[in-house]
Amino acid sequence: MDPLAAIRETFFQECEEQLAELESGLLAMESGDQDPETLNAVFRAVHSIKGGAGAFQLEALIRFAHVFETAMDEMRSGRLAATDPVLKTMLRAADVLADLVRKAHGGDDTEHPLAAGLAEELKALSGAAGADDEGGEEDWGDFEFQPMAVAMDGAPEAEGPAGFVVSFKPRADLYAKANEAALLLRELTRLGPAEVELDAHDVPPLADLDPEAAYLSWRVTMTGETDEASIREVFEFVDGDCELDVSPLGGVQSDAEGAADAGFDLSALLAQAQADAPPPIAVAPDEPMPELTPEPAPAPVSAPVVALNPTPAPAAPIAANETPAEAQAAGGPRKTEAGAGATIRVDLDRVDRLIDLVGELVINQAVLAQRVMEAGLARASAVAMGLDELEQLTREIQDSVMAIRAQPVKSVFQRMPRLVREVGAMVGKPVRLVTEGEGTEVDKTVIERLADPLTHMIRNAIDHGLESPEKRAAAGKPAEGVVKLAAFHRSGRIVIEVSDDGGGINRERVKGIAIEKGLISAEAQLSDEEIDNLIFMPGFSTAAEVSDISGRGVGMDVVRRSIQALGGRITITSRPGKGSTFTMSLPLTLAVLDGMVVSAHGQTLVAPITAIVETLQPKAEDVHSLGGHARVIAIRGGFVPLIDVGMALGYRRDPLEATQGVALLIEGEGGSRAALLVDAIQGQRQVVIKSLEANYRQVPGVAAATILGDGRVALILDIDTIVTVSRGDMRKAS
Amino acid sequence: MNQVLSQGGQNQAGGMKELISFRIGAQEFCVDIMAIREIRGWTAATALPQSPSFVKGVINLRGAVLPIVDLASRLGFESTEASDRNVIIVAQIGEQVVGLLVDAVSDILTVTDDVIQPTPDVASETAKSFIRGLIAMDGRMISLIGLDRVLPDMELEAA
Repeated sequence: MDPLAAIRETFFQECEEQLAELESGLLAMESGDQDPETLNAVFRAVHSIKGGAGAFQLEALIRFAHVFETAMDEMRSGRLAATDPVLKTMLRAADVLADLVRKAHGGDDTEHPLAAGLAEELKALSGAAGADDEGGEEDWGDFEFQPMAVAMDGAPEAEGPAGFVVSFKPRADLYAKANEAALLLRELTRLGPAEVELDAHDVPPLADLDPEAAYLSWRVTMTGETDEASIREVFEFVDGDCELDVSPLGGVQSDAEGAADAGFDLSALLAQAQADAPPPIAVAPDEPMPELTPEPAPAPVSAPVVALNPTPAPAAPIAANETPAEAQAAGGPRKTEAGAGATIRVDLDRVDRLIDLVGELVINQAVLAQRVMEAGLARASAVAMGLDELEQLTREIQDSVMAIRAQPVKSVFQRMPRLVREVGAMVGKPVRLVTEGEGTEVDKTVIERLADPLTHMIRNAIDHGLESPEKRAAAGKPAEGVVKLAAFHRSGRIVIEVSDDGGGINRERVKGIAIEKGLISAEAQLSDEEIDNLIFMPGFSTAAEVSDISGRGVGMDVVRRSIQALGGRITITSRPGKGSTFTMSLPLTLAVLDGMVVSAHGQTLVAPITAIVETLQPKAEDVHSLGGHARVIAIRGGFVPLIDVGMALGYRRDPLEATQGVALLIEGEGGSRAALLVDAIQGQRQVVIKSLEANYRQVPGVAAATILGDGRVALILDIDTIVTVSRGDMRKAS
Repeated sequence: MNQVLSQGGQNQAGGMKELISFRIGAQEFCVDIMAIREIRGWTAATALPQSPSFVKGVINLRGAVLPIVDLASRLGFESTEASDRNVIIVAQIGEQVVGLLVDAVSDILTVTDDVIQPTPDVASETAKSFIRGLIAMDGRMISLIGLDRVLPDMELEAA
C-alpha cells in the first residue's frame, strides 16, 4: 500500500471512531447530558472529519461536515439550545455524515440524497441561512452547492461582533504536555489588538503551592477584526487541557475594561511569563507577587481586580464555582482520552497469529502433562509440580490473549440507534432504544456476526413487537415504545437480550398460522412456551402482510440459525400486553469450544455441548428399526431418529448395537431433535478450535478439528450436517 | 510447469535446482527442495470421513492440522501400510501445508535444468498429471513430481 493510501485508510478508521463518538455524544445529550465536554467531543468529532476530508479533497463530505459543524458551533456558543427536535435533526445529520464517510471510503465522493435537505435544516438551525440565502434554496434541490459555500463564509462575519473576550485557564495537563500559555497568548495577540489580563488570585500561599499545578488564568480582550473560529484555532492543541471561553465583546465589556484599568502591570507579568517557563513555577516566587506569603489573606494581586471591577462579586464566585465543576466534568472525558492514548492499532493477523501460537502452547502443555503421567512420575515430583505451574501460566496467557480479541459489544450496539430511528419512522411508531451493558466484552468475530441477527430482531421488535401508537394509547401505555438492548456475562457466556414493551406474542394467531402452514397438527397441545417458540420454525412469518421492514422472506428461523452457527442459543419469553424478550446466549469466543469428547469406532470425536440436550443409555425395547439401517428411539413417548455416528461418518459399515453405545440427544437446526449413537463418552472438555480448511478442505459432517491431550487430532462434529445427511441416507435406504 | 518449481528456479543462480529425492517402494522420486518445510517421522493420523483413499487423515503439526497424503496411493501404486519406518515430507503447496507419506528420503540432488528430461508419452493419466520430468542419475531413474495436483481440491479445480 502506498503511504498516502495508508494514511487515507487511517483517516477512515478514525472517521469511524469519530462517528461513533458523535452519535453516542448526541444520544447522551438527548437523554439529558448537559456536560459541555460532551458537546465539545461531538463538535470535535465533526471538526476532525471535516479536517481530514479536506486533506483528501472529499468535497461532498467537507461541505456537509462544514454545515454540520457550524450548527454545532452555534450550540456550543449557547446560541442554539440543545432541544429535542434540534438533537433529532443532529442525529439524522450524523447518519448522513456516516453515509458520506462510507461512500467516500468506497471512492464515491458524490452527494447523498438526503444531504441537501438536512444541510438546509442545519442551516436553519444555525440561523446562518438568513435572508441572504433564500435564493440559494432552489439550487439546493439541484445539488448545486455554490450558494451554500457563500452563505457559510458570510455567516460568521455577518453576525460576528466587533470583538471578543477570551478567558483562558490552563489546567496542569496543559503544562504537563509541554504546552506554554505564554506562547498561546502571544499567538492570540497576532490576531489583532489584544489586552491580556492575568488573574492570579487562585495562586495559593507559597507553602501550599504545588509546583506542578496550574493556578493562573488569563482574560484577553480582542478588539480587532477577527472571528471566534480563528480564536479557537489558537487553542486547538490545548483543547481539553484548559478552560476556554470565547464570548462576544458585549455585556462583559465593562468587566474587561475595569480589569484593564486594574493597575496591575499585565504586560510586565506577561513578559515575565514569556521569559520564564513554565509560568506557574517561575512566576510565583518572583517579584511581581511578593504577596505570596503564608498568610491566606486575599492576595493584593487579585484585590485590585475585585475592588475595581464594576461587577466583580458575581463574576468571581461563578468562576470559582465553575472551576471545580468543570474540572470534575472534564475528569471523565479526560480519563477516556488518556485511555485512548494508551491503545495501539495492531494488525488483526498478528493477534490471530498470537492466538494460534497460544493455542499450540496449550495443546503442547497438555501433551507434556500426559507424557509425564505416562512416564509414571509421582504427582508430587518436582517435574509434575513444575508442570502444574506451567499449566496455570498457560491458562493465564490464554485468557489474556483471548482478551486482546475481546471487544465491547458497543461497536455493534451503536449501529442500532440509527436502525431504530429509521425503522420507527418507516412504520410510524415512535420508538426509544435503551441500551445496557455496552461495555460487555466478547470476541471480535462474535461481534461481527452478531450485527445481522440483532438488526433483524430489532426490526422485528419494532415492526411486530410494538403496537401502533393508537393501540398503545388504548392500552394506557405511553405513545413512545421502548426497545431495550442489553448485554451481560453469565456463567462464561455472553447473554444479549432484545426486549420490547409491546403487546407480546399473540399466541392464538401464532398457533393458527402454524396450523395453517402445516407446521403443527391442529390437535397439538402446546404449552405457551412451545407456542412462542413456533416463531423460530422455518417458513413462519406472523405479519399478515409482508412488510418492507421485516417480512423479507427471512424469518426468525434465520436468526436462530445464525445464532446457532455461533454456538449460541436463542429463546423467547413473552407476556401478553407487556412485551416480549428474546434472549441469546453466546460463547465468548469462537477459538475455544465446550465439547463432549466421545468415541465412535475407535475414533475420538468432539460434539459441541451447546447442541446436546441430554445423554442416555438406549434400552433395547426403546429402539425400533424402520427398515434398512434406519432406526428410531423412543424418548418420553416421542420417537426421534437414532443416528449411528460411526456409520454417518463412514467409519463402519454395520450399525452399532444400540444397547452397546450411548445416545446423545441433540437439538439441531430448526429445533429438530435426533439422537446420535456413539460407542462411549470420554468426558467433557474445553477444546481449541482448529480449522480443517486451512490446509485441506471442508469435510461434510465435520465442523472443525481440535488437538487433544494425547497430541492427536480429533474432529469436531457438525451435528446439523450429520442429521441432514443421515436423513437423506434414510430416504435413500427406504 | 508448476509454480513451485519456477519459484525455486528464481532463487538459484544459473538454472541450478536442488531437489529432494525419496523412495516409494522400489521407485525413486524427487521434488523441488524449495517447497519442503520439514521432514518428520510417521505419527498415527486421524481418519477423515468422506475423503479419497489416498488421504490418510490429519495429524497435529505443532498445533496446525496437517492432512497426510499417501503419495504411493496418489500415484496409483498400492497404498502404504504406514509404520514407524515411514517418513512424512511436509510440503508447502500454494497457501496450504500438506504432509506427504513416503517410504524413505534418500538424497539431496543438485541438478541443472537441462538434466531434466521430458516425460515420455505414456498411457497413464496419473503419470501425466504428476510427473514433470525424469532425471537419469548413476543408472537410476528419478521422477520429478509436481505438487500442485496432490490435494483432492486442486484435482477438482483442474478437472
